[in-house]
Amino acid sequence: MKHIIDKVLEKYPAKTFKNRKQHIVIKKQDDDVLKITANTRTIPGMITNRGCCYAGCKGVVLGPIKDMIHIVHGPIGCSYYTWGTRRNKAKTEPGGQNYIEYCFSTDMQESDIIFGGEKKLREAITEAVEIFHPSAITISATCPVGLIGDDINAVAVWAEKLYGIQVLSFNCEGYKGVSQSAGHHIANNNLMKSVIGTGTKVPSKKHSINILGEYNIGGDGWEISRVLKKIGYDIVCVMTGDGSYEQIKNAHTAEVNLVQCHRSINYIAEMMDTKYGIPWIKVNFIGVSGTIETLRNLALYFDEPELIEKTEKIIAEEIAEIEGVMQFYKTRLEGKTAFIYVGGSRSHHYQTLLNDLGIETIVSGYEFAHRDDYEGREVIPDIKLDADSKNIEHMSVEKDEKNYRMILTPERYEKLEKVIPLSKYEGLFKDMKKNTVIIDDLNHFETEELIKALKPDMFFSGIKDKYVVQKMGVTSKQLHSYDYSGPYAGFRGALIFAKELTSGVHTPAWRFVTPPWKVEPLLEGKVVGGDE
Amino acid sequence: MLDLTTKETVERKALRINPAKTCQPIGAMYAALGVHGCLPHSHGSQGCCSYHRMQLTRNYKEPVMASTSAFTEGASVFGGGANLKTAVKNIFELYAPEIIAVHTTCLSETIGDDLKTIISQVQSDVPAGKYVIHANTPSYVGSHVTGFSNMVKGFVSYLSVNSGHKNGKVNILPGFIDPGDMRELKRILSVMKIDNILFPDTSGVLDAPMTGTFEMYPLGGTKVMDIIDAGNSKLSIALGTYSAEAAAIELEKKCKVPMKTLSTPIGIEATDRLISELALITHKAVPCSIEEERGQLVDLMLDSQGYFSGKKVAIYGDPDIVAGLTEFVISLGMIPKFIISGTPGETFTREINAILTTNEVEGAVVKSAADLFELHQWIKNEPVDLLMGNTHGKYIARAEDLPFVRVGFPILDRYAHQYFPIVGYKGAIRLIEMMSNAILDKIDRTCAEEDFELVM
Repeated sequence: MKHIIDKVLEKYPAKTFKNRKQHIVIKKQDDDVLKITANTRTIPGMITNRGCCYAGCKGVVLGPIKDMIHIVHGPIGCSYYTWGTRRNKAKTEPGGQNYIEYCFSTDMQESDIIFGGEKKLREAITEAVEIFHPSAITISATCPVGLIGDDINAVAVWAEKLYGIQVLSFNCEGYKGVSQSAGHHIANNNLMKSVIGTGTKVPSKKHSINILGEYNIGGDGWEISRVLKKIGYDIVCVMTGDGSYEQIKNAHTAEVNLVQCHRSINYIAEMMDTKYGIPWIKVNFIGVSGTIETLRNLALYFDEPELIEKTEKIIAEEIAEIEGVMQFYKTRLEGKTAFIYVGGSRSHHYQTLLNDLGIETIVSGYEFAHRDDYEGREVIPDIKLDADSKNIEHMSVEKDEKNYRMILTPERYEKLEKVIPLSKYEGLFKDMKKNTVIIDDLNHFETEELIKALKPDMFFSGIKDKYVVQKMGVTSKQLHSYDYSGPYAGFRGALIFAKELTSGVHTPAWRFVTPPWKVEPLLEGKVVGGDE
Repeated sequence: MLDLTTKETVERKALRINPAKTCQPIGAMYAALGVHGCLPHSHGSQGCCSYHRMQLTRNYKEPVMASTSAFTEGASVFGGGANLKTAVKNIFELYAPEIIAVHTTCLSETIGDDLKTIISQVQSDVPAGKYVIHANTPSYVGSHVTGFSNMVKGFVSYLSVNSGHKNGKVNILPGFIDPGDMRELKRILSVMKIDNILFPDTSGVLDAPMTGTFEMYPLGGTKVMDIIDAGNSKLSIALGTYSAEAAAIELEKKCKVPMKTLSTPIGIEATDRLISELALITHKAVPCSIEEERGQLVDLMLDSQGYFSGKKVAIYGDPDIVAGLTEFVISLGMIPKFIISGTPGETFTREINAILTTNEVEGAVVKSAADLFELHQWIKNEPVDLLMGNTHGKYIARAEDLPFVRVGFPILDRYAHQYFPIVGYKGAIRLIEMMSNAILDKIDRTCAEEDFELVM
């Protein structure tokens, strides 16, 4: 493996070589303790998969909240590209509003750039209020807004006063940070500061949970909720897939936070722990074994025999429903190898599902993760903040005396953290097998070289590299958009995934890539004019 | 579906809702992909490049390769010159394009990066015989159509030369149309035996075949040497005022190549004008095979007229495409009721109104810089029988149960469209097939059982 990686790296110009080699590690032994460089600038010209701060803030975290009007302050493109493209499905709540099918922008023109866009933003808010009467609005800044100095925060304050609704502003200009990650953080901060804890709901008696970092791509959140509700959990809110502003306001009333996508939402989980005393558990609803483990951990968290029993009963029921067919797909996929490269958590989660199907992951990596997503949260104190990270506010919160609850006693906490991932994420490295490669901020060059060298049977990434890899003869699935299908989470989702993956690997079309006449002579006959 | 869209309309000055356009750089990226061996480069934040690549890939289901200057906060303060220098070096080392086509973004435009100067400063990293060119494509001016136009013009400004040796060719500037359309234009030109330079040309790039290998630079695309040589052509024909004309004007200014602007050849009349123009160039009769195609189209128009006659249509999208569609639906006996473009500019309303006046169509609502929210509101107030435009209209079509034809950019939710044209007589035949299918499918789906017809 080292030989292969060296061969890839040696083609880089000297400076680029020095940089990229710190982002690529090989796990040689199962117990290797590895270190990686992550969350640093992408080198210009590399053909990265990364997006921007705005994409992480408005595109990922805020966009799925269905009952707020999300106004993007900027030229039209930024708002346009986040319109319906991330597949965070949402159903309208009874009596509620749902803006998921809409796209709102101030559509800044040259004169707004020259003379400032605040006036237009104010007008846009006024028009939105007059037409829709929303219960809340967000404003997301795009690159030029920060550069020309439009004060979106002042506009938000003005609008709140005038219209008596919450108007939240997010300074998530695209150039901030080094990837979408900065935007997640900015979104987390303001949701924590302004929304969470503002609801008036009284904490419910039993088994109330929040699901954090679940964006309901392809309906994942609905499949997860189906099972959780069947067991008897009360889901206070989901952040933010099919998310509701009204529900997020009451997030502080839950008894535990389940963290699915660690990268995009760990800030809120941490802060809610400090402020409201709500512990968080790292969960993984991707893959049958991942879902089972998560459900058991959750039952252990509440530690009631009845709940544990019910959990086992539901697990058995759900497994019975899919087992036979799953087994069939496993026979069609077992022994194959995978290359997986997604954003911040899926590259880890999906290995559970692939593993269930007998598929080995030989390369994995994250697009915008930090070192803790690779090495585990214990590395956080050692992470040195560079200039790009320092520009993103690190919000700290204090105990909310009114709403703080002692949900777990210190003794119970201590006991629990030994058996379940309580406020803990151990990272991707731990679960990678020996002789595998882990790459941070993979680029096109590395993708192409590694596909050629390692010839995996399947590739999982996004839309930008899907067809590149498919052209190379390798089945390629989008794990951002699930190729417009889903859900893939939970028990039933695993089955859909297995079915689609099997069809991707075995579709008859692969047989036709090489024309028959390239394989065998087209015509049989004598050579005319030769010696008879 | 779109339940919050009210029937009552409120005049908006600031809030854009459900746009019928996007920003310049994606058009520039698409144009640059129509040059062989070209790597489009986005000079701005990573997100721009990522978004444009994503949307183009969703549209064509093909690899869309492009790189970015990956601006951070530092670059936004100190300028992106150093980023572009690094990018150029890395790109030529790793990805070996013939040419890098840089387009700007609202970020690099707002901070005032002077691309001409930066590019002159990076020449030491440009291998011999290779090129770096640029176009200014500020996202806050015009739309994706403007970006396409600016990029094509940019290629001309940097590359085309009048060397004094006439090449006897005709430059065809096809405008912002699909690979299937460009392929169809090339076929027509070949049938009419017109030696040409079609530029840009995304056929063979964004409709490339599956061969088992990935080609960073597929076989298609206008060759750089042909763009240089375009300065020696005897004529430029620009197909579309919005997306094609600027480059032809630049060729005239820079290289003294005479130019002519025609409409995008959508529908029978616009195609007639193109074919007549081409026949003038060849001084020969129009080939029989072209006349045969035209005859087939007219035949089909007569066969199907009963389903089109008097039906009201709403058309939205890019100006050049919408103009062609408007003229065509009129020739089918339909009534264009709402005609909008997201792209700003008075030329659009002028062109459309001219078509309407010529054809004595009254009562149509024509608007540029419009959006799909207001179009939907108008339709709520005065229903139409057919909706034509890009994928985004599917929500309106579902909300109002309208027959819907996907045409224009982008089409994100259907397959194979990039292989087939909407231009030329063949393209018009295809449009009739799509339009009649949509109308007939709705009749089949909604009519009473006793009215269900075997033959239609």
